[in-house]
Amino acid sequence: MAAADQVYLRDAPAKLLPAPVASTGVLGWMRSNLFSSPANIALTVICVAAIVWIVPPLLRFFIFDAVWSGADREACLASEQHPEPGACWAFVRVWSSYFVYGFYPMSERWRVDLFFVLLALGIAWLAWLGAPRRDLGAIYFFIVLPILSYIFLSGVPMIGLPDVPTSLWGGILVTIVVATVGIVASLPLGILLALGRRSAMPAVRLASITFIEFVRGVPLITVLFMASVMLPLFVPDRFAPDKLVRALIGVALFASAYMAEVVRGGLLSIPRGQYEAAQALGLPYWRMMILIILPQALRVTLPNIVNTFIGLFKDTTLVFIVGIFDFLRTIEAARGDPRWATPVTSVTGYAFAAVFYFVCCYGMSRYARNVEARLARAHRR
Amino acid sequence: MTNTVKQTGGEKSEWAVEIIAMNKWYGDFHVLRDINLTVARGERIVICGPSGGGKSTMLRCINRLEDWQRGRVIVDGKELTDDPKQILAVRRDVGMVFQQFNLFPHLTVLENCTLAPIWVRHMPKRDAEELAMRYLRRVRIPEQALKYPARLSGGQQQRVAIARALCMSPHIMLFDEPTSALDPEMVKEVLDTMVELAGDGITMLVVTHEMGFARQVADRIIFMADGQIVEINEPKTFFEHPQHERTRLFLRQILH
Repeated sequence: MAAADQVYLRDAPAKLLPAPVASTGVLGWMRSNLFSSPANIALTVICVAAIVWIVPPLLRFFIFDAVWSGADREACLASEQHPEPGACWAFVRVWSSYFVYGFYPMSERWRVDLFFVLLALGIAWLAWLGAPRRDLGAIYFFIVLPILSYIFLSGVPMIGLPDVPTSLWGGILVTIVVATVGIVASLPLGILLALGRRSAMPAVRLASITFIEFVRGVPLITVLFMASVMLPLFVPDRFAPDKLVRALIGVALFASAYMAEVVRGGLLSIPRGQYEAAQALGLPYWRMMILIILPQALRVTLPNIVNTFIGLFKDTTLVFIVGIFDFLRTIEAARGDPRWATPVTSVTGYAFAAVFYFVCCYGMSRYARNVEARLARAHRR
Repeated sequence: MTNTVKQTGGEKSEWAVEIIAMNKWYGDFHVLRDINLTVARGERIVICGPSGGGKSTMLRCINRLEDWQRGRVIVDGKELTDDPKQILAVRRDVGMVFQQFNLFPHLTVLENCTLAPIWVRHMPKRDAEELAMRYLRRVRIPEQALKYPARLSGGQQQRVAIARALCMSPHIMLFDEPTSALDPEMVKEVLDTMVELAGDGITMLVVTHEMGFARQVADRIIFMADGQIVEINEPKTFFEHPQHERTRLFLRQILH
């Protein structure tokens, strides 16, 4: 009886039916993603309400009611045509060159522009994985670019580029310089510290641990203060580095201690068999690290490395504490300008800063996710 | 292949491996006790015994993946000391195959094989690739050369690991339980590769539980237990007339 029920032979193929309307397309998507359960429906309603509550006023303030041009505060004050004035973008436009260059002399600003172009070229060369001759790109980025940047930004009077003291630098220029130097220096330094921390030599290990734990246990502000106040105590006056250089050293050391811990996490995830296989093939220590261990460790930690970069990029704002005019500090200075004193000036300035930082950090984050996806694909080949 | 092995290694010592009165401790635990062993060039040695008996540890001392406290190890005429140069020199000429394969997952099969010839032997890339393809053909997986290890089955991975070691033209090959991590249906393909290799006259030291392989290939079988070499014998005697009580017990257990 039971057995008879289980025997079955199809005599005609089952008909191919179109999918029910409600399960495909926009409607189907909404049903399964937005309205699948009472809790989900409630969440959807709350989210839509929140969006309706927040987004239109923001759009109105920053775009529709915003003042895009004007010569002074009058343009951004409430008036007949503008009963409720929005963001005062005119203020940002007037001050924009200060935000970018700080007090960099007007006649020499082409040098800063050139630096931005050279830097963008370097980043694009390295970041675009399909770019030709990326080895040359690395030489350009890590050797040629720093030298050119120094020559152009700081000036070499002998070849007709007058000196521009770093006290005149400011704005986005300083933010980019500090962040780039911090990022570029922290990765190799961090890798060395991480390897040092796992070294078989006790002296190296102790030195690395002491440095990492000390720098990590102290706020960045303290490190910056120490770099700018204490460094001159160790170095004779004649060689005492410039204020910006001191801050750069402080930021680079600080970031490298964090990077060291991130990289160490990656190193810990590499099985011992990888070291043994490399050793058994006769690879010396550094070859083994560079060819086998680090490529795997850095791949694992890529999200954390980018996270550290993003944190570092935002932390650069703290250099204002030692009297350096980074981007945020220039906005602080400009919003105190009496010619632009309006109720919306500060909001506009800070919104502009937020947009700048967001674009930079989100860019890094997106790029990192692209690389991750690409690496993941490559491995499944 | 056979000839080059004999010629290039032949000038210094008649022995491929000499271990003299070696003792090793892990903390207070005496893992290797008074090990004395000489292996002739071209000899094929199988090391067996209960787990925890020190087989792998002894094997790993031969290319200094493990350190020891007392005694001497001389490989290919070069004594292993604390001198890193000497250690690297020995490792260059000693191939090793691991239980867990230990292929480099971020490199393709071909890159796994060419890495050491390029970076240790300073061979031009093209020559290294040609060499690697020759060995990949020998282990019968040339068609997988451009894949990443994760795409391969366990047996294929282990054969790549063998090819990778062979690319350094080693005088001595160490196998540390090469089939223990494999699914049963893949053991044979790896053993076949090793049998073929044994026919080439390369010196082999194999830690394994595959007694069929031992019987077929080994010149001598070493039985280790409790960190000591208990018995060394030719396969026929070893299996049919084991001398030591401990060996007889072990053979009864594994051969049923």
